[in-house]
Amino acid sequence: MKYSYYPGCTLKTKAKELNNYAIRSAAALGIEMEEVENWQCCGGVYTASTDEIATKLSSVRALAQARDKGQDLLTLCSACHNVIKRTNNEILNNEDFSMKVNNYMGSDMQYHGETKVVHYLEMLRDVVGFDTLKSKVVNPLKNKKIAAYYGCLLLRPGEVMAMDDPENPQIMEDFIKAIGATPVIFAQRNECCGGYQTLNDKSIAQSRSEKVVSSAVKQGADCIITACPLCRYNLEANAVTELPVIYFTELLAQALGVKEVQ
Amino acid sequence: MLNTKISKEDLERISGVNTRKCMKCGKCSATCPNFDAMDYHPHQFIDMVDKGNIAPLLESKAIWTCLSCMACLQRCPRSVEPAKLIEAVRLAVVRQQGENRLAAEDIPELLDEDLPQQAIVSAFRKYKK
Repeated sequence: MKYSYYPGCTLKTKAKELNNYAIRSAAALGIEMEEVENWQCCGGVYTASTDEIATKLSSVRALAQARDKGQDLLTLCSACHNVIKRTNNEILNNEDFSMKVNNYMGSDMQYHGETKVVHYLEMLRDVVGFDTLKSKVVNPLKNKKIAAYYGCLLLRPGEVMAMDDPENPQIMEDFIKAIGATPVIFAQRNECCGGYQTLNDKSIAQSRSEKVVSSAVKQGADCIITACPLCRYNLEANAVTELPVIYFTELLAQALGVKEVQ
Repeated sequence: MLNTKISKEDLERISGVNTRKCMKCGKCSATCPNFDAMDYHPHQFIDMVDKGNIAPLLESKAIWTCLSCMACLQRCPRSVEPAKLIEAVRLAVVRQQGENRLAAEDIPELLDEDLPQQAIVSAFRKYKK
């Protein structure tokens, strides 16, 4: 299976490993990720207002390109996924927004919500299947207790993201089981890390991140996994309690035995 | 000079929120993970906009400290979606001339080696027009 793939700004810079391990692991699972040509940054956060149009056009261009290739659009960064999926949803459900977007787009790139936006985790669950993934694991991560950190962007708004139960998710825990490790459930797994507050009021990011990390430590976790570069940064740089924070794709590549392959 | 003549109708139009749907249960503020850093809490945004008491919100700290994490939006039993209204108040400020919270010139001294680009673009989306 071949996807159009939207990496986003950070996966080409500070979070290269999130990207590289994902591509390598997908190849081992028979999935091809074809990068969208000339993609533009999604903006990092979705502006939830009815009259913001221009800030969402980069998402629409990526969506339109995937549609033209007849492919689903695969995302990996939680923030890109949130922005692109919500933009697509708005086009599908808000005629006025859709009209205004298309007025910007020009006649050769009209877009009406045809593309399906799929997060890498959803691809693992729904296309590869966690049972198949489990059968392809060569280095099961036995005895490893892993806390899955969802943060806010993967799950909310639940009706739009529709990845999992927004208050009691299990997709990442099922992933952890598939790679042979033990999931650790902790209270703060779907509460915010502080996000962009690290640039506005660092004390907020420090307080939020500390709550998240200490909550995972309390439940006996060896490490935290995430799909979001900003979550990783906050949990590592802004929490006092120390716990390794790893991209889920790194553990996936390790389990599939493709981590060291160049 | 901040224009504080922003009406309830303006904010309802920008946000798509209908403040009259609120049943004042307070769940939004109870679940806000950043409650302590908000001078006005999510339920107050709904109530004050509903009553047209908007100027204090335009000058509040909360429009900058809100995490946009959507906890209040997700957990509202009436789907009032306070986070969208807080976003609208913030937009009503940053869309005005000279009211940006963050400038490109501020960035270099805020950088550290591990800071992801995502943090910078997100902050610009929230704090600058």
